[in-house]
Formats: sequence, C-alpha cells, structure tokens
Amino acid sequence: MVDNQQTGRPEMVAPDASRAPAIELRGISKAFGPVQANKDISIRVMPGTIHGIIGENGAGKSTLMSILYGFYKADKGEIFVNGDKKNITDSQTAIAAGIGMVFQHFKLVQNFTVLENVILGAEDGALLRPSLAKARKELTALAKEYELNVNPDAVVEDLSVGHQQRVEILKALYRQAEILILDEPTGVLTPAEADHLFRILENLRREGKTIILITHKLREIMEITDTVSVMRRGQMTATVKTSETSPEQLAELMVGRKVLLRVDKTAANPGDTVLEVRGLRVRDEAGVERLKGIDLDIRAGEVLGIAGVAGNGQSELLQVLGGMRSGKGSIRVNGQELDLTGLKSDARSRRKRGIAHVPEDRQREGLIMDFHAWENVAFGYHDDPKYQRGLFMDNDALRQDTQAKMAKFDVRPPDCWLSAKSFSGGNQQKIVVAREIERNPDLLLIGQPTRGVDIGAIEFIHEQIIALRDQGKAILLVSVELDEIFALSDRIAVMFDGQIMGVRDPAQTNEKELGLMMAGITDTGPQGQEASRNG
Amino acid sequence: MDKMPRWADVFLIPLISLLLAAGLSALVILAIGENPWAALKMMVSGALGSTYGWGYTLYYTTNFIFTGLAVSVAYHARMFNIGGEGQAMLGGLGVALACLYLPLPHWLIALPVAAAAAAIFGAAWALIPGYLQAKRGSHIVITTIMFNFIAAALLNYILVNLLRPQGSMDPATAKFPEATHLPTLHDLLAPLGIAFSKAAPANVTFLVGLLACFVVWLLLWRTKLGYEIRAFGHSEPAAVYAGINPVRITVIAMLISGGLAGLMAINNVMGEAERLVMNAVEGAGFIGIAVALMGRNHPAGVLIAALLFGFLYQGGAELALWTSIPRELIVVIQALVILFTGALDDMVRMPVERLFTRRKGEA
Amino acid sequence: MDFLTIIQILDSTVRLATPLLLACLAGLYSERAGVFDIGLEGKMLAAAFMSAAVAYVSGSVWLGLLAGVGASLALSVIHGLASITFRGNQLISAVAINFLAAGLTVLIAQSWFQQGGRTPSLIGGARFEPITLPFADSLAGVPFIGPIYSDLISGHSALVYIALAMVPLTWWILYRTRFGLRLRAVGENPAAVDTAGVSVTGLRYAAVAICGVLCGLAGAYLATGLQAGFVKDMTAGRGYIALAALIFAKWRPWYALGATLLFGLLQAVALRYQNIDLGGVVIPVQFMDALPYILTVIILAGFVGKAIPPRAGGEPYVKER
Repeated sequence: MVDNQQTGRPEMVAPDASRAPAIELRGISKAFGPVQANKDISIRVMPGTIHGIIGENGAGKSTLMSILYGFYKADKGEIFVNGDKKNITDSQTAIAAGIGMVFQHFKLVQNFTVLENVILGAEDGALLRPSLAKARKELTALAKEYELNVNPDAVVEDLSVGHQQRVEILKALYRQAEILILDEPTGVLTPAEADHLFRILENLRREGKTIILITHKLREIMEITDTVSVMRRGQMTATVKTSETSPEQLAELMVGRKVLLRVDKTAANPGDTVLEVRGLRVRDEAGVERLKGIDLDIRAGEVLGIAGVAGNGQSELLQVLGGMRSGKGSIRVNGQELDLTGLKSDARSRRKRGIAHVPEDRQREGLIMDFHAWENVAFGYHDDPKYQRGLFMDNDALRQDTQAKMAKFDVRPPDCWLSAKSFSGGNQQKIVVAREIERNPDLLLIGQPTRGVDIGAIEFIHEQIIALRDQGKAILLVSVELDEIFALSDRIAVMFDGQIMGVRDPAQTNEKELGLMMAGITDTGPQGQEASRNG
Repeated sequence: MDKMPRWADVFLIPLISLLLAAGLSALVILAIGENPWAALKMMVSGALGSTYGWGYTLYYTTNFIFTGLAVSVAYHARMFNIGGEGQAMLGGLGVALACLYLPLPHWLIALPVAAAAAAIFGAAWALIPGYLQAKRGSHIVITTIMFNFIAAALLNYILVNLLRPQGSMDPATAKFPEATHLPTLHDLLAPLGIAFSKAAPANVTFLVGLLACFVVWLLLWRTKLGYEIRAFGHSEPAAVYAGINPVRITVIAMLISGGLAGLMAINNVMGEAERLVMNAVEGAGFIGIAVALMGRNHPAGVLIAALLFGFLYQGGAELALWTSIPRELIVVIQALVILFTGALDDMVRMPVERLFTRRKGEA
Repeated sequence: MDFLTIIQILDSTVRLATPLLLACLAGLYSERAGVFDIGLEGKMLAAAFMSAAVAYVSGSVWLGLLAGVGASLALSVIHGLASITFRGNQLISAVAINFLAAGLTVLIAQSWFQQGGRTPSLIGGARFEPITLPFADSLAGVPFIGPIYSDLISGHSALVYIALAMVPLTWWILYRTRFGLRLRAVGENPAAVDTAGVSVTGLRYAAVAICGVLCGLAGAYLATGLQAGFVKDMTAGRGYIALAALIFAKWRPWYALGATLLFGLLQAVALRYQNIDLGGVVIPVQFMDALPYILTVIILAGFVGKAIPPRAGGEPYVKER
C-alpha cells in the first residue's frame, strides 16, 4: 500500500452530492486461483466525466472492467449504475444497463463490413435489410456528431487500426451506451490516431457521456481525464482530480514504493564491449514496427537495465537478441556480426555464440510445463555433447546435472522427477536461471527475472545476476519493476514506443525522472519523432 | 500441484472410457437380441482360447501396433495424422515392388529390404501433407483424408493397369516369390518345441512390431529428436525459444509417422496375403486412431490397446461366424472408444478430477 | 459424343451431385458457425439406412425421410455435445461418429432384415418417384430444348429440386437474415458475438442441427432416391467429397453448387466411361476418381486461390479478455 503521508496524496475527490455516480463499484474482489486480481475495490465515476484508471500491466484494471461488462463474475462486491444496484451477469445485461466497452483486442468480425459489425447482436428484426438501413442513417448522424467517420461499407480487415477502433465505439453508441469503457485504447494507435481519438472522447463528454479510460500512459491521463484512479497490484491506491496532480506524483503512485530491494554489489568494473546493437528494427506478425532503430552497448562486467512500461518493445528486443524473431539492423557480439534473418538467426545459433536467455514468460517459453525438471534443465541445450551418449541422450548425466543445479540454486523440492508445473513460480524461475547462468554465457538476456517470484527467491536470483556480472559477463536486464532496475543496473536505458529515450546512471537519476521518460517525456530533448509531440 | 494422481490419468480414465464403451456395446448387443455375456465368452474363447485364435489376434495386433504408433508419433508433435490408411496402402506398394522386382534370396534379407521399402513409401505419402502443414498451414487432417482417397485411386490404377498379371481378372499383383515368404509364428515356435497353429497368419512381423514399440519409445524419450518432437508438441513458442525449427520437426514427425504406418504392410501384404490386393489395409489405419487415443500415445499403451483391438477383431470375427452379430460390432466399439477417450475426454475426466479434489480436501 | 449422350451424362451429373450438394451445404452451416465437421459421411450413412428401413417398413418414403433426418440429427447432437458443450476435439468426435454410423447401420440392418447388412429393395411409395414437370411430355419432341427440358430438367425426385432450392435459400439465410449474420460471425470471431450479448453456444447448436437435417436429406436421397434401398457403406466417401467441395467452394453457397456439380460430373463421366481417350492421352478412370481430392489439396496448399476456412473453426469457444 502507498503511504499517504509519504507520497503526499491529495484528498479523495468528494462525490458530487447532486447527482448519483454513473458507475459505482463497492468492494469488488476477484481471484483467479491463487492470484488476487482485484482486492476490495471501490470507485465512483461521475456522469459526464472522463475518468482515467491508471496502473501497470497486471495491476488488475482490465479484470475490473471485465467484471463491469459482465465478462467475469466478481467474487464479492456490488455494482451500481446511475444509483441503481445492478446484477451484471453477462454482456447483454451490461449493454442493457447502458454500458459499452471497447476492448484492447477488438471484438470485430474481420471479414464483415462496418455496418454488419455495428448491428451484430442489435438487429431490429429477423431480416437484415431494415436494420442495415437504420444503422446506416444512425452512423451518418453519429459520424457528424462525434467526428466518427468510417465508411459503413468498408470491410473491417481493410481498415486501419484507428478506424477499427472507431467501429468499436460506434457499436457501443449504436447500442445507446451512456457509459463507455476504453481499455488501453491508444496502445495500438499512431500518435495522430490517438489525438483524433481524444477529440472524439471530448465530443462524447460534451454530449454528456461518461467515459472510463484505462491506460498505463501518464501523458494520456494528464491530457484528457477529469479524475484519475490509480491501481496497483489489484488494489485501488488513490483517486485524485487530474488538475490537482502531476505526472511525477502519478508515476510514483503507479510504480509504488515497496520495500527497497537491497543487493550488495560493488561498483562495476566494465571491460570490453560485448554487445553492440545498431539501428535495430523489428516488425511483428501484424506488420507493426515494434523496434524503431535501437542502439545499445553493453560491456563485459556490467548490467544494463531496460526500464519501461510493458509493451514498448522490450519483449521484442529480448526476442530478436535471443533468436526468436528476425529483424533488421546490426547486432555484434564480441565484435562478430549476428545473423538477423534466416536459419542461422535461430535461438540455437545464438546460444552457440555465448548468449543465454531467461525469457520473460517462463511458462510459455522458458519451460515445458509438462516435462520433468531434468528434461527442462536441458531445454535449449539438449544438443550439448555432454548430454549425449552415442545415439541417445544421456539422461543419467542430465539428472545428475539437474540435481547439482537444484542443490546449488536451492530449488525446492529438490526432486528432478517433478514436472515443471508442480514447482512454485520462484522455483520454476530458479530452474530457468540455473540452466542459463550455469552455461557461463558471455551475454545474459534476462526478462522479468522475478515476476511472480516470492521474496526469498528474488534475493537469490538477484545475487546470482550480480555474481555473474562480477565474473565479467555482460547482462541485459528487462524489467517493469523500477526497483529491480535500480537495484541491479549499472546503467539504465529507458524504452518508450520502440525507442531508447535515454540512458542514465542510476546514482544520478530517480524514479520521477525515469517515470517521465517511460511516459515518453524527456528533458534532454526528444530522441525520436514520437517523443517530440510530448515535449 | 496436479489435480489428479498420475495413475488415475494413465489408467483410470482410459479404463472408465473403455467400460463406458463396453457398456454401451453390451446394450447394443442386447438390443439386437443377443446375450452380451455369451457374446463376450465367445469372443474370449474365439480370440484367446486356442493358438489359432491367438494367431489371428496377434496378426491383427501387429497391424494396429504400427498404425497406432504412427498416430502417436504425429500426436506428440501435435498433429492428427488421419492418413495412416493411405500411408499403409502405399507401404504395401513398396513391399510389393521390393518383393516382386528385387532379387531377394531369403526372408532374412527380404524382410529388412521390404520393410525399408514399406517405410519409405509410407513416409513419402506423408511427406506432402507434412510439408504443406509446415510451410503453407494446410490443415493436416484434411490433407491426409484427401491423400487416403488419392492413395486408393492410385493403387487401384497401379494394380489394374500395371501390376496385374496378364490374364488375371483380379486387381492384385502376382504371388510374391517363395523366398520372400515370412515365417509364421508356427514356423518360429516349432524349433522351440512349442506347438502353434499352422493356419493362423501371425508371423515374424509381430516381433518387428514389438521392436517398433521399443524403438519408438527410445526415439521419443531417449533421443534428441524425440525430445524436440515432444517439446514442439507441448509448446511451439517454447520450441522457438529453444532453437527448435518448427518446420523441420513437423516434416520429420510426419515422415516417421508415415513410415510407421507404411511398415504395417510387411505384416498384411508380405506376411499374410503374400501379394498386394486392393483394400489390403482394411481400415487398420483408422483403428490406429483408437489405439493411439486409448494407449495415451505411449508405445506401451499402444501395445496394450493394439492387443485389445486385436482381440476385439478376432473375437468379432468369431461372433460373426457363430452368431447373428456382424463384424461391424467391432466398428461400433472402436467408435465408442474414440468418442470417449478422444472427444468426450472432459466428460469422463471432470467428475473423476472432482472426486480426487474432494478427497484431497477432506483429507 | 452426340447430343443425347451429353444430356444423359448431365442428367446423371445432377443426380450424383444432389447428395454431394446437400451434404456440402450441411457442412457449410456447421463450419461457417465454427464447428468443423468431417463427420458428414457418417451422418449421411445413418440417414440412408434409417430412411430406407423406415420407408420399407412403413411403405412411405416421407416417413423414411423423417426417420433419416432424425438419425442424422441424433449424431449431430453427439457432435455438438462433444465439440460445443464438452469442448472436445471436433475432428476426433467426427471420426468417432463416422465409425459409429458405419458400424451401427450394418448391425441394425442385420438385426432387422437379416440380409447381410442391407435393407430389402424399396418399391413403389417407399421410393422417391421422379417428378414430371409441366409440359415435359409435350415438349419432349421439340429439338434441342425438348430433351434438355424433359430429360435433364424434368424427371428428378423431389429431393433434387429441394437440394437445388437450398442453394439460393442458404445464400439468402446467410447474407440476408439476422440468423445468418450471427452464424457467420460466430464462425469468424465468437468473442464478437459473445460481447454483443448473443449466445455462442445456442448459435453453434443451431448450426450443427441444420447440418444434421441437411445430411439427413442427403442420406435419404441416396437410399430412397438415387438407389432403392440401403447397402453397407453406401455413401462410399461421398461425405468426404462433399467436404472437399466445401473447401473448393471456399465455404460459399453458390460456389458449393458449382463445386458439387463439377464433382458430380466427374463421377458421372467415371461411371459411364472406363478410360477417357483424349487424342492419344488416356486418362484413367482412377484419375477421375481422385481428381476432387487432388483439386482440394491444391486449393488447400494455396497455390490457386487460397481457401481460408472460417477463422474460429475447429476451436471450442473459451471466454477470455
């Protein structure tokens, strides 16, 4: 929890007594198995306002809104709409209560026209023609009113992402939504599209609609919202008037100030440059450019921490370095160029060049959850000659190796026959870290090393990372936890929108400065075109 | 922790599915006016009551071992190879060509040569669907179904127009040379002083089948390739992380799968018919699906399930001979096994899981 | 090849294409709703048997038809339970259904009729009689038009005309009605349907049921229209050809008509001629048999106009953000 005094949180916004809140949530809790996604959340959203909900990825924002839209059922708590208690069991009742939702991943039928998407589920009769005619007329009116221009006969998959989003908004408005929830609406938009979206939202507010904007971008909150609620680790930590707060304060509320992690480390003693990245560009499967020309250097014996809000290209950076994606530009390791496309750009080739990789998502990538621990200890290195005996794999050697690693890294229970899914998150991560660090790599890529890991294991893993650094290895650390970045890094690079916003010395910067850089705001001048808009 | 002990997953669930299938089959038998208990007794005595019965049971078992292994290997790479039928047909062609046109002086030489031909032809028939799946994303289930029909047409053409001996009306090849005839279990067991029916078709291929189970187990759980196949089947993103090439694994897994299905031909074509006839596979490719599902895609499970289906096939044939229950009863049982172990797995699994979690809760 | 031969081949094309068309449209409804169905074969077979059996016993082809549709629907319910309710593997479920039908039909036929797994031959009212369209007889003598009208267009059984009428009807339902819009949507993106407040489960069951009815008609036509009674395994892969036609038609109704007529023509030609001599190059009959499948693989491989199945096809719907 955030300490009230310490952060100087302004007072809670006093509810406007004259009108009932458009939305009021009281004591909402929701758990997925052992994970508490929402803990006793209460919030009031006043009608005719834009209410921002900000928080890091995984803070529980989307879960909360999914509960409001009837996608999930809350374990506890009540929902009031315009002062009336509502039992929202599915999307249909949410729609009937006047709630519309624009999901982060659009719920559009790709090969339908705009018109067909708009009327789906809200048709006026068994035949389409009258519904389509009515919707066409309505769309023209809505387009005029809110700057929501979309060609009603265009097929959705031919539309730009920004236009697809407009279709989602039109869908909600066509269903007479008075309350509109937008989940990370700008994540997929270009800056120009985002500006247009904000104009639309302002128009909607002017017409008396209530808007809930979920985002992790400070700039957007400051730019458009009236009120902002901050979520952290499943809890609502503050609700403030936007005009009475500052990005610095929000950044702090959002990132939080938990027990500072202490890692005993001496000053770095950097040697030769191990990793040299120049002009690295990566496009994802949808063709969106995720890395927009990255330059980086890491020397032997130093940890370079990459700070940034999730989704700004850090994952792609790790993946292209680790051989899981192709890219353009230049990557040199110990002075030798790496292939960025083709057969020799795969993860196997990267490992042969002395690059080890602890992936961000250990359950999806780093481990085979149904494999035994000892099978996982070979994962990625299964062609190592020391694990082979003639034609076969030397499973005895593997198991011995696993037992040794489990002992050294204190994996509990130290049973190499258990399947990976039977271990706790921390012990799973220890298995991955043990596997990668024990290869004695020249360069270690490590993503979210302590996500979902208990405190004891966190300390242990941090110590291992520093020990590897002190052996003169280069380490690239990606984490969304600023504390972790501060605790481990010798230099900190901040990523925003596929670019490096700047590199700082941890001793000469603070969370505020980094928080602003993470939001794309920098004092030292913008490094890219995107940033200049925010200056 | 896991919701259910492993033994329950490995034995209890298939057993319940099997009992459900057996129960429904008993109802079917009752409905057509026969006595299920008497039918079961007749099946047991017909399939297991004599070396003649065992000879047929093991002959069918051998077929199903190969097709079951074929489905299993593909399944470990997360592919549903429904084309075992076509691959086994082509395997038969390979065997026929080898036996008819290669100078093979003795069965000890003929067996490995014909086996290689069978595997190569079967693998080749699986190559195109595998390649199309890996490179172009064409759904392996649909392409392998299509390849079953194409195989049937191709074989028909080759038998009728090319391989049919002159003057013969039968769409089949000539009889294979004497030297290529495989020893039956009778021939193999006689020197050991064990009397075994002379008439039954079970032959040395059964031992090859057992060997195949062992080799597939070695492959999947003791080699780098098997490790990669299984890892890829569990998680494609993880495979990419580990540097395992998805295209390569997909194609290789299909080649192995097709090769195993093709290998079946040394049993039915070379070991039994001793010539290639139309429809030599007799649906064994499809039974492989039931065998693999039932055997949980493990070679030991496949062996047990293949024995079960071998028993059902021989027992069913006996029933058809002595009662009014036609052989198709086995097809029904096979369908029910596939339905319960494959498609309705959740229906069986969920109550069992609940039972275990409740027990754990009480403890 | 004279004019009359062509008319005869085309006439036989229409007859042979009818079960393919009905089954293809059946698959179209199911797969457009996101439920893959490689069990068309089994449903047709079950319907063929039940329709023949009941038509024989009752003497009424219409009662037979009803029973056939009922049998096919029952299998559809199993497929729906496995693939919608229990979120099982749709492919495995359909494979099981195909075997279930192959086994049960013979088993029951043997038990009821003791004729080696077939029904007795159907005669009279137990079979679909050809319908003679108005003026067919009087126009028969008119050159060119006459034979086309009286031999090719007239003189088919009711199910042929029903099947043909199903094409525009299906098109109309899919593209002009609310149900069709939702059906297409649920096969492309069930989440869109769900968030719009419409039941994914309900829509998919409806689609699977329609698929059952149409497969029922296809099977009944086989046993009581095209032939006179049920024989073991009489569908002979038609369900798979229909599936191939569906892919060939890229899941669209008018193209389905085209594809099934093409495949019907191939069957008609293969039935009439053993080998076709095209100026020295002999095309074997087996090639004609395999052609539908070869064409489908080529289409699937995306070498000629890629066939993209409904995007949500084959996957059970699990709610997620």
